[in-house]
Amino acid sequence: MNDFKPKILAFLCNWCSYAGADLAGVSRIQYPPTVRVIRVPCSGRVNPLFALKALQVGADGVLISGCHPGDCHYITGNYYARRRFAAMHDLLDFLGFQMERISFAWCSASEGQRFAEIVKTVTDKVKSVGKNDFYIKDNFVDEMPSAKGA
Amino acid sequence: MNIEQQIRDEAKKLLENGDVEAVIGFTQSTFLGLPRPFVARTPEDAEKLVFNRFCRYNIAGYVHRMNGKKIAIVAKGCDSRSLGVLIAEKQVDRANLRIIGVPCEGMISRKKLEAKFGKLAALRKISLNENKVHAETVTGEKLSADIDELLHDSCKRCMHRNPVHYDVLVGEPVEENTDVNEHFAVAVEMYEKPASERWKFFSEMFLNCIRCYACRQACPTCYCEECFVDSRFPHWLDKGQHPTDIIFWHIGRLYHQAGRCVECGNCSEVCPVDIDFDAILAYQAKKVWERYGYDAGVAVDEPPPLQNYRVDDPQEFFL
Repeated sequence: MNDFKPKILAFLCNWCSYAGADLAGVSRIQYPPTVRVIRVPCSGRVNPLFALKALQVGADGVLISGCHPGDCHYITGNYYARRRFAAMHDLLDFLGFQMERISFAWCSASEGQRFAEIVKTVTDKVKSVGKNDFYIKDNFVDEMPSAKGA
Repeated sequence: MNIEQQIRDEAKKLLENGDVEAVIGFTQSTFLGLPRPFVARTPEDAEKLVFNRFCRYNIAGYVHRMNGKKIAIVAKGCDSRSLGVLIAEKQVDRANLRIIGVPCEGMISRKKLEAKFGKLAALRKISLNENKVHAETVTGEKLSADIDELLHDSCKRCMHRNPVHYDVLVGEPVEENTDVNEHFAVAVEMYEKPASERWKFFSEMFLNCIRCYACRQACPTCYCEECFVDSRFPHWLDKGQHPTDIIFWHIGRLYHQAGRCVECGNCSEVCPVDIDFDAILAYQAKKVWERYGYDAGVAVDEPPPLQNYRVDDPQEFFL
């Protein structure tokens, strides 16, 4: 399992987290090559159902990251996002979803080091639950193993 | 004078004076023990209105469907809170609405009634006295049961039996259950189980789903012009019975209920495959209550929790 490289989809806000990831790159900070980044205008743009959809179509984990509360480029976007993510987090948590697969974080443009650490943490979390056979739609498999209580 | 007659008189008065175009309430359907939602448009129609312990459906959704007209509605506690949600979300204009509030002592669940007495179509007579329901089947068999054991699950733990919003109140207010812990007990009990067990339980329950969307249609607060499940662009989920698609539908619908659901139990009541959403919706309501101190449908002058924010909202789940 050690050579398992998870596929993690990261929704990063244009103004903070994406720039944070960029800073981690230009500073040549090493972090696991597991994230695929989707740049969004604001964490408020992220519908929490994106995370579920990403897992369904093949991601092993999802990271959603935006500006720290109070630093949103659009003033209040991440405050609204926070409540939505809380609602989604609570619901999935209650249903017994593998919460290791979905992570939320705040990361600013100046926190290259922190971005690298977040990716490390998320990668470790996803690795701990392994490849996504939990909630995935594979065209060749009609059943989802986790739904049978396996 | 009994409550039913008071409702009829009130409805008649409103319709005769031309205050409203229609009164939404219940009338007797072809099945005993299953009054159906009914729109009274003339004073004569008002005589057909009924109200008893079988009027379990939340009919607030009809107000949204008849939007823009002057309407009166017979509202129990849950109906009035659903109206509160619709008003807070600016879907319904309070000025167009006359609410005839009726205190409710808890309604009898159709599913429990059928489990006890068999199919409602096979009943010849049904009557209520104090705490008992008496029924007679077409074969002449006489049956009876306590009302308490037939009560809808949501009604048992209801904390708003009296209407929250109303213009006229019919009948005397009933005693409220004020114990929040008892109200959320169903969710707490489920949450004590390990996550893998809960996932097994819920996914197995969801996989019975035939995707008829009755839960959505029955919900008073599901009013989107185009539901995410019908949307082609973005294409959220496929038609078909793949487990991920079924579960996606349920998670999506339940997510949209966070902070809006009044826990009336309509969705569970109408489900043809007996999916029970009660614990999940209770948990969501509990978390919204804990995080934001918000009780759905009570406040009409502040935005719903997901359209609102506070700078110091809890965020313990963030990395």
